[in-house]
Amino acid sequence: MSAVAAPALEQGAQWRAFRAVLYRDLYVTWREFPAFLAQVILQPLFLLFVFGKVLGTLNYTQHGYTDLLFPGLLALTAVLTAMQALAFPLVAEFGWTKEIEDRLLAPMPTSYVAAEKVLFAVLRSLIATLIMIPVGILILGSIPWRWEGFALFLFALVLGALVGAGFGLLMGTLVRPERITLLFSLVFTPLLFTGCSQYPWPSLDKIRWFQVVTACNPITYVSEAFRGAMVPGVPHMPPWVCVVVLIVSVSGLLTVGIRGFYRRAID
Amino acid sequence: MPGQVVPEESAGLAVEVLELVKRYPKSSVNAVDGVSFAAAAGEVFGLLGPNGAGKTTTVGMLTTRVRPTAGAARIGGVDVVRDAVRARAQLAVVPQQSNLDRSISIRDNLIFHAAYHGVPARERERRADELLDQFGLLDRSRDKPDFFSGGQSQRVMIARALMHAPRVLFLDEPTTGLDPAARLFVWDRLRELRDSNVTLILTTHDMDEAALLADRVGIMDHGHLLALDTPDALISSLEGEGTLELTADQAADGAVVDALGGMPRVEKVETVQVTGGNGAPEARPPGPQPLRVRLYVTGDAALSVAPAAAVLAEHGLALQDVKLGAPTLEDVFIHLTGRTLR
Repeated sequence: MSAVAAPALEQGAQWRAFRAVLYRDLYVTWREFPAFLAQVILQPLFLLFVFGKVLGTLNYTQHGYTDLLFPGLLALTAVLTAMQALAFPLVAEFGWTKEIEDRLLAPMPTSYVAAEKVLFAVLRSLIATLIMIPVGILILGSIPWRWEGFALFLFALVLGALVGAGFGLLMGTLVRPERITLLFSLVFTPLLFTGCSQYPWPSLDKIRWFQVVTACNPITYVSEAFRGAMVPGVPHMPPWVCVVVLIVSVSGLLTVGIRGFYRRAID
Repeated sequence: MPGQVVPEESAGLAVEVLELVKRYPKSSVNAVDGVSFAAAAGEVFGLLGPNGAGKTTTVGMLTTRVRPTAGAARIGGVDVVRDAVRARAQLAVVPQQSNLDRSISIRDNLIFHAAYHGVPARERERRADELLDQFGLLDRSRDKPDFFSGGQSQRVMIARALMHAPRVLFLDEPTTGLDPAARLFVWDRLRELRDSNVTLILTTHDMDEAALLADRVGIMDHGHLLALDTPDALISSLEGEGTLELTADQAADGAVVDALGGMPRVEKVETVQVTGGNGAPEARPPGPQPLRVRLYVTGDAALSVAPAAAVLAEHGLALQDVKLGAPTLEDVFIHLTGRTLR
């Protein structure tokens, strides 16, 4: 080592950088909390209100529909919130604001910057999904809830948030900034409607091809796992299948997503 | 090769670059092709060259954002490839385009940057206020960067870069697009930094900036470092060269230009486009413009004034204006590459 050797930068300093970047994200979210709430709650709130309250009151849906809708909407919130929290800022930061550069030059491995993004997206997703529970009680009067299914619910929730974050990382590093509107129409909308949040998966055997399509959307497995946890009486996919598929999806998406992140971060 | 051993005599250098090569995938040529140089602590090193010369790629490799194809580079003795994390702690980058965090105030920009680099909480608050004051930004410290002008953003980014007291500061075209006052301000701050022993690596295509600020200048083109020396030494390498700019009272044909080019000691003749101070064509009455030429002369350019006037007179022209010029870095670049910089 030369005479001007740098001071040793141990593992602690790298974690400190990681925590500082996470703190920055939480700080910004906290300062814009009303905007954050509107962003994450509005869509499921309207779905819940129209499908659960309005159609139910007008007798267009069967009694008990809200019980299978509610877990589906939680799943939707969990996955899409994490995905949004990651994909849109990332496209902007790599594409035109270049804000990410200051973090990429912080004294920590590039993978930490990606990992922080994932962790932050998961935290946002957990907060948004948990907020949906009182919102559901408020709108629907009561929600299906079983403490016996709580462990499964929590596990599937974390996996669902990770799936969303993995998707977001993939989209955020693949999509060019000028294509960001396409991301909405080509990825978001199909994910929204093929994730079995508005209908249970086994009931789709009457429309076989659509059942196959929904089986390709990871949100389906979060919805079905939530139903397994909250309304086991409704026909649903076996929870272990959901968990296995979700674990495989998370590993796949995060591996490809972090690789994509490296490609954008380092030439 | 990556992993080369540090030569003993390189100890004490802030920046060392050894045979650095970068070839981008799908490219048939090297963007940077075997560049080597070193900079000492407190030195201002300018990388000069046109767009696409390889300056930005070179700086990208030194700042750990571009992975070298071959060669090695060290910042403060730390290898930028093998130990990128430690290298990042030693350096700071001020890009040409603002990359400030738009969600937070400029004071928070400074404070969070310091937090990423592990500066203790109280220390980073103190340093942020000190730097904001020094950069004349104290009254705007609570504003978000959105509505800052180019010059103000530049100041904020330099202040941010200094928050973790880097050894080496990289600046990309630091004053391009700034108004003259902002430019002088930035130059003054950069000189202060050099005096406090920070090494500055600036990339620029602005000759004046390079000549004014840099202790040494490396001239790059097509991925190669063509020359490396102090601005004075580079200019005096064109020893005995000067320019003579002549304006006649009326337009003339190519024969006059050829006759001027045939004079002894004249190496080259260029017809000069008549332009205004800002590069735009001057407002003039339409019609043929008076002859204006630049002669590149060996030896004392002044000695060629009388013979040139005689040549003009032979063609029925009168000499109206004469400008003598000493060579500049721009001429060095032209001499090395046969092209102008811009």
